Amino acid sequence: MTHKIDGDRLLHVDALARVEGEGALRVRVHDGRVVDVELAIYEPPRFFEALLRGRGHTEPPDITARICGICPVAYQLTACQAIEAACGVEVPDEIRLLRRLLYCGEWIESHALHVYLLHLPDFLGYASAVDLARDRRDLVEQGLRLKKAGNAVLAEIGGRAVHPVNVRVGGFYRLPEADALIRLRPVLQQALDDALATVRLVSSLDFPDLEQPHEYLALRAPAEEYPLDRGLLMTSGGGVFPAEEFGRLVVEEQVSHSTALHARLAGGGLYLVGPLARYALNGDRLTGAARDAAREFGLGEVCRNPFRSIVVRAVETVYACEEALSILELWHGAPDASVDVPPRGAVGHGVTEAPRGVLYHRYALDADGSVLDARIVPPTSQNQAALEADLAAFVQAHLDLPEEELTRRCEQAIRNYDPCISCATHFLRLELTRA
Amino acid sequence: MDSSLRRPASDPPASARPTLAVWKFASCDGCQLSLLDCEDELLALAEVVEISHFLEATSADAPGPYDLSLVEGSITTAADAERIRQVRRLSRRLVTIGACATSGGVQALRNLAGVDEFGSEYVAAVYPRPEYIAALATSTPISAHVPVDLELHGCPVDRTQLLEVVTACLAGRTPQLPAESVCAECKRAGNVCVMVAGGTPCLGPVTRSGCDALCPSYARGCYGCFGPAPGANTGALVALLRADGMAERDVLRIFRTFNGPVDPVGTRREASR
Repeated sequence: MTHKIDGDRLLHVDALARVEGEGALRVRVHDGRVVDVELAIYEPPRFFEALLRGRGHTEPPDITARICGICPVAYQLTACQAIEAACGVEVPDEIRLLRRLLYCGEWIESHALHVYLLHLPDFLGYASAVDLARDRRDLVEQGLRLKKAGNAVLAEIGGRAVHPVNVRVGGFYRLPEADALIRLRPVLQQALDDALATVRLVSSLDFPDLEQPHEYLALRAPAEEYPLDRGLLMTSGGGVFPAEEFGRLVVEEQVSHSTALHARLAGGGLYLVGPLARYALNGDRLTGAARDAAREFGLGEVCRNPFRSIVVRAVETVYACEEALSILELWHGAPDASVDVPPRGAVGHGVTEAPRGVLYHRYALDADGSVLDARIVPPTSQNQAALEADLAAFVQAHLDLPEEELTRRCEQAIRNYDPCISCATHFLRLELTRA
Repeated sequence: MDSSLRRPASDPPASARPTLAVWKFASCDGCQLSLLDCEDELLALAEVVEISHFLEATSADAPGPYDLSLVEGSITTAADAERIRQVRRLSRRLVTIGACATSGGVQALRNLAGVDEFGSEYVAAVYPRPEYIAALATSTPISAHVPVDLELHGCPVDRTQLLEVVTACLAGRTPQLPAESVCAECKRAGNVCVMVAGGTPCLGPVTRSGCDALCPSYARGCYGCFGPAPGANTGALVALLRADGMAERDVLRIFRTFNGPVDPVGTRREASR
C-alpha cells in the first residue's frame, strides 16, 4: 500500500502475517533515499516483569512460559537456570541432559513451524502452507511430520506441546518412563531424514542478495556442543562474558513506535541473535549429519544473508534431531526427578538459546523466595534494531521494484528473523514514504 | 531453484466452503498454535473450511463475514475493545479459545492493582517511558465486551477439544465438552491422589476438566490452567489446603495464576468487576 503525503512516499503493512504476534512496518523514502524505518510493535504489553513481583521462587517457569506459546520451554528452562543460580544450586548432569532433550524438541517444533508454515510460502509465492499443500502436499506433509516429531518430544518429556507441565525449579516432576524414550527413537530417526530433506529443499531456493555487517551475539558452550542451554555469551567482535554481565553489556531502550524495548550493546551498536549468530560463532561445533549438510549445501563458515537464515534453521533442525537421538542413547535414568532448591535472598541470572536466539532472565529473590524484581530480555527485542537496519538496506537497494512486490519482499525480510512479537512485548506495520 | 516449486499463476477457484477466521488479542499465540499443532488434521480441515483470516498462518485475508471466528486473547487496550466489536459484527458464530479470551488470562493479575498502582507498579516497572504505552488498567475476557457463542477453556486449550468445537460448529451441532472437575478425570485415569496420599496441594477438585488430569499424572498438583469448574466448592478446598499447612500467601498464589485472579471463597473472580 502506498500513501503520498506532502510529496513523501509511505510504504506500509498494517498487520504482518505469518509471524507470532502483532506488528506493522513503516518505511519513509525522501528524494530516493530511505530516511526512516519503523517496526511498529503494537502487540499489547502484558507486563510479565511486574506481575512476577511477589510470586514464589518456584513459580516463574510456569508463569513466564505464558509469554510465548511457541517457545515455552525456552522460558521455563531459562527461568529455572536463573532461579537455581540465585539459590546456589546446580542440577545433576542427568537432569541437565533431560532438559536438553526437551529443548531439542522445542527447537524441532519451532524451526519446522517457521521453515514450512511461516517462511517457505514466501519463497514459493504462496499465501500459506495450506495453499502450498494444494500443489505440493508432499512438502507440507514432510514439514508437519517434522513439527509433530518435535511436539512428540515435548509431550513425552514435558506432558504437552504448549506450556509443558513437567518442568520445575530443580528438575522435573516425574522422570520419563523407559517406554516413552523407546517410542521417541523411531520418531526422531524419521525426523532426522525429514530434516536432511529440508536442508536440501531450502538450499535450492532463490535468495535475494543482501549482506549485512551486524555484530553477532550467541552462547558458546563449555563442552564440544552446539549451544542450547549453557555457555558464555560471545560476540563476533571478540567479546566473551557470563550471564551475570548481560545487564551491564546490553542496554535496552524504549522507542515511541513499539511496545518492545530495543536492545543495543553498551558502547557499541545494534547486534543480532538467533540462527545466523549461533551458526557463525558455533559452526565448528556442529557434528555428524548437521556438519555434513552445512558443508554439502555451501553454507560456508559465516552466513551474512538474512534470507538464508532458513537454511541455517534447517541445519539446526538436523542438529536438534541428532542431539536428541544422542541423548536417548546416553540417558540411563536419574536417582531423583529433581533436587531441592531452598530459597535464599540473592540475585540469579539465566541465559539460554531459544529457537529465535539468546534469552535472558534475571530474578532478585527475597530470603523466603519471593520475587523482588524480574527482568526478561527476549530474542526479538534484541533483533529489532538489526531488523530495521536490514529493511532500510533492502528497500534502498530495491526502490525500483513495483510497490506490491517491494512490500511483499519486505514482509519476507521480516520473516527472516522469525520474529516472535508476543515475546518481544515488553512488535509490525510496513509503511514506505517516497518523495 | 526448481521452477516446478513455484506457485502456478492461476488462482484456485472460489469455493462455497464455510469460512473460518482466527483472531488474536493479548495472548501468547499458544491456543491458535494448537490449531497448527493438529498436524494430522490440518490439511483435511483446510479442505472443508476456507481459512479466511488467520494472520499467524496465512497472508491471505478475506474481508468476511465469517461463519466461525475463533478468538484468542484478552482485551487490554481501547483499540482492541473496538476491534472485538468489529470481529463480532463480522462473525456468525464467535468462539473464545483459551484462558486469556475466557477469563482475562495471566495478564489479568494486573486487575488486582488499582488504576494508579497499575501505572506506577506495572507500566513503569517494564517501560522507562510509560507515556508511550496505551494499555488499559484491566485485562478482561471477550465476554465482557461482546456476546460469545461458546467458550473453550484451558491455558492452553486442548487441541482435541478445539477440533471438536470447530467440527461441531461447522456441522451445526453442540460440541461435546466435559463439564466436570479434573478430579473425575483423574479418578478414571487411576491416579493415586497427589493431595490425599502425598500432601501435594492440588486444584483438581475445583478445576474444569479437559486435560486428562495431566498434572496429577505427572506427580504434580493441578495448577488450575483450565479455570474454575462449574459449581466448584473452592471454600472446602481452601479449608483442606489450610489444614495441610499451606500458608495464606501460598493459598492466594495458587488461585491467582492463568485464569486471572480467582476468589477462592466462592464468587467466580474479581477480574470481571
